[in-house]
Amino acid sequence: MKQRLRRIIRKEFIQALRDPRMRSMLFLPPLIQLMIFGYAASLDVDNAKIAWMDQDHTPESRDLLSEFQGSGRFILAGFPNNERAMQTMMDRGQVDAVIRVLPGFARDVKRGRTTSVQVLLDGTNSNTASIVSGFAGQCIARYSNRSMQGQQKAKLVSATESAEGPVTMAAPQVASSTRVWFNPDLRSRNYFIPGVVVNIITLVTLSLTAMAIVREKEIGTMEQLMVTPIRPSELIIGKTLPFVVVGVWDMLLVMAAALLVFHVPFRGNFWLLFGTTLLFLLTTLGAGLFISTVSKTQQQAMMATSLFFQPFFMLSGFTFPIRNMPQLAQWLTWLNPVRYFMEIVRGVFLQGAGIQALWPQMVALAIFGVTILWLSVQRFHKQLE
Amino acid sequence: MNYRRTKAIARKEMLHILRDPRSLTAALMQPLVMLLIFGWALSLDVDRIPTFVYDMSQTPESRELIRGFRGSRYFAIQEEVHAYRPIDQAIDKRACLLAVVIPEDFAKNIGLKQPTRVQLLLDGSDSNTAAIAQGYAEAVVAAYSQQLQVPIQTQSGNIPATVNADVRVWYNPDLLSSNFIVPGLVVVIVMIIAANLGSLTVAREWENGTMEQLLSTPARPAELALGKLSAYFVVGAADMLIALIVGVFIFHVPLKGSVTLLLVSSSIFLFGALGLGIMVSAMFRSQLMAYQMGTLISFLPAFLLSGFIYSIGNMPRVIQIVSLFVPARYFMEVARGIFLKGLGVELLWFNLLLLIVYAGIVFYFAARKLRQKVA
Repeated sequence: MKQRLRRIIRKEFIQALRDPRMRSMLFLPPLIQLMIFGYAASLDVDNAKIAWMDQDHTPESRDLLSEFQGSGRFILAGFPNNERAMQTMMDRGQVDAVIRVLPGFARDVKRGRTTSVQVLLDGTNSNTASIVSGFAGQCIARYSNRSMQGQQKAKLVSATESAEGPVTMAAPQVASSTRVWFNPDLRSRNYFIPGVVVNIITLVTLSLTAMAIVREKEIGTMEQLMVTPIRPSELIIGKTLPFVVVGVWDMLLVMAAALLVFHVPFRGNFWLLFGTTLLFLLTTLGAGLFISTVSKTQQQAMMATSLFFQPFFMLSGFTFPIRNMPQLAQWLTWLNPVRYFMEIVRGVFLQGAGIQALWPQMVALAIFGVTILWLSVQRFHKQLE
Repeated sequence: MNYRRTKAIARKEMLHILRDPRSLTAALMQPLVMLLIFGWALSLDVDRIPTFVYDMSQTPESRELIRGFRGSRYFAIQEEVHAYRPIDQAIDKRACLLAVVIPEDFAKNIGLKQPTRVQLLLDGSDSNTAAIAQGYAEAVVAAYSQQLQVPIQTQSGNIPATVNADVRVWYNPDLLSSNFIVPGLVVVIVMIIAANLGSLTVAREWENGTMEQLLSTPARPAELALGKLSAYFVVGAADMLIALIVGVFIFHVPLKGSVTLLLVSSSIFLFGALGLGIMVSAMFRSQLMAYQMGTLISFLPAFLLSGFIYSIGNMPRVIQIVSLFVPARYFMEVARGIFLKGLGVELLWFNLLLLIVYAGIVFYFAARKLRQKVA
């Protein structure tokens, strides 16, 4: 028994690692994925491109412009001087927003009349648009405050000069001081990269397990395996163990890159993460095994993998917060093991969470893992008989 | 290039597709599942931010400020607490994303016309939500601050000159993220289908040993590539139509531009995407590797580097340069342009030209790769 098991494990390792191209498959895709994800996956709006359309041409409007320039959040991408030029810039997506100062702006400001500055947003990317809108609103509010105080000071000076006695009429300012926890610089990379770790482990172990088993069926070597004295359970262990190793290896590799290249903070316990990864692998290997029992060809296995993987991945809270989902979808995510692993990985990385905070997720993962693996093994057995 | 031979290959490939109803069903289900999830469940819109309030001041002034938060649809005040501890615990449990702490001397300072501060505590783990929440919260505080100034200034005989931002949103006035995502999803779905189906078609023949038989027929490499491509083109086009119809009629994404232009440009893109799949497939003789490679060079870039969710302008320079070689990026602009902005050929011709050139190059290399195997 022990010997047979060792043999089959050896065979599987040789089969999985023999081809040099296959070997490179084990570390190149995870690293490339991490690099692209790490650098590309960001919802931050660092430098919004704006066009400045000044139809007033006064010191006041230039003052407002310098407020925008000084904020460090905008890049001025152009100065259209007519509607058509502005329209084209927006249509081509060259700018995220156009700030338009209408004629009469300075006059209204000087007379103390309430006036407005147009902010025309490209709403195509709704997320960027709402962030840019916030930034622009802040700049305009700052300018408004400044010009208001300037006027007030002038009034006060003239009031004092006209000897009506000292006037103490300073308006109270209420400011906000914001403190951000866990991710003080609000770097979305810190939020996304732990998620990428989850994504890579899931995809690699799920698809490799499913396809490796179906491959034997498709090219007909499964029959050969069946005539050997190997028992089904030994076959399953032999088939899945290499991918446990691959999964753990990918986790370590991606984690090392996340810490060394992207400097994502790691505040929790490494062994906790290691243990939950093993727990999570029960689920992915079980699901891979399951897909292999319902597929006859690798193409079917792959289509099934991608059909399964997408919903689980999207509903895990990776990019799209679970809180924003409709109630029904939020309930559905309770059935999604990837969600629990995502919460654990992010908790361990960013919040330094320990077992006392994460045990519910770990219990859920264990239940899912054992159930899925057990069901798949049953199905696999039946199919072999 | 012989029409009859190409047609024969296409027919053979079509039979393969039709005789594997499971794969076909999966291929046709894919756009439905993705659209359903993206269109219905996923959203980046931030509202009803779970908020805790810790009001140390307990004065009419502080309650006025809290009313500002209550009145905004962006905040949902979960609880008013009387210490920092419950806030700590709630943030740890993710029950709360923002806490507004009003200091004890809040009303006193306002009475004395002294500047005062309100503390905002944010859970920054999800930086995007946090940044948006921060913007909204600061706006509420700023509005309150401004509201304080008005009576004082009027009193001093000063007419307040405030400058407001008059925000108008073009193309997507309600800032619905489904309008942003669904047109992009069409692009991603095409790429998935091409990567999944296209990348296996040649590798499978090698693995099953039928490639030799194919090579012994008089069909030339280019005919082989075109025949295989056209069979999968039908599947891809069906997927695309499903995606378009569901997007427009179920999710009510506005289609402002020309339908014909959209269909034509989608076909060009689909051709290029399938060509890439077949090229990858011809390079690897194992389905497993072809699939991995296909995912890596077609699906991932289409998802990540095309501006689908993450805008290209924010990426580091190197990645921006890499994204120039991702065809999905150009088609993404075309699809969104036609859908949301109603753009026509006069603005999109350059992107279309790039897509045509790309399709040509990829097809050439796919055929050449097949030829190398023949030799």
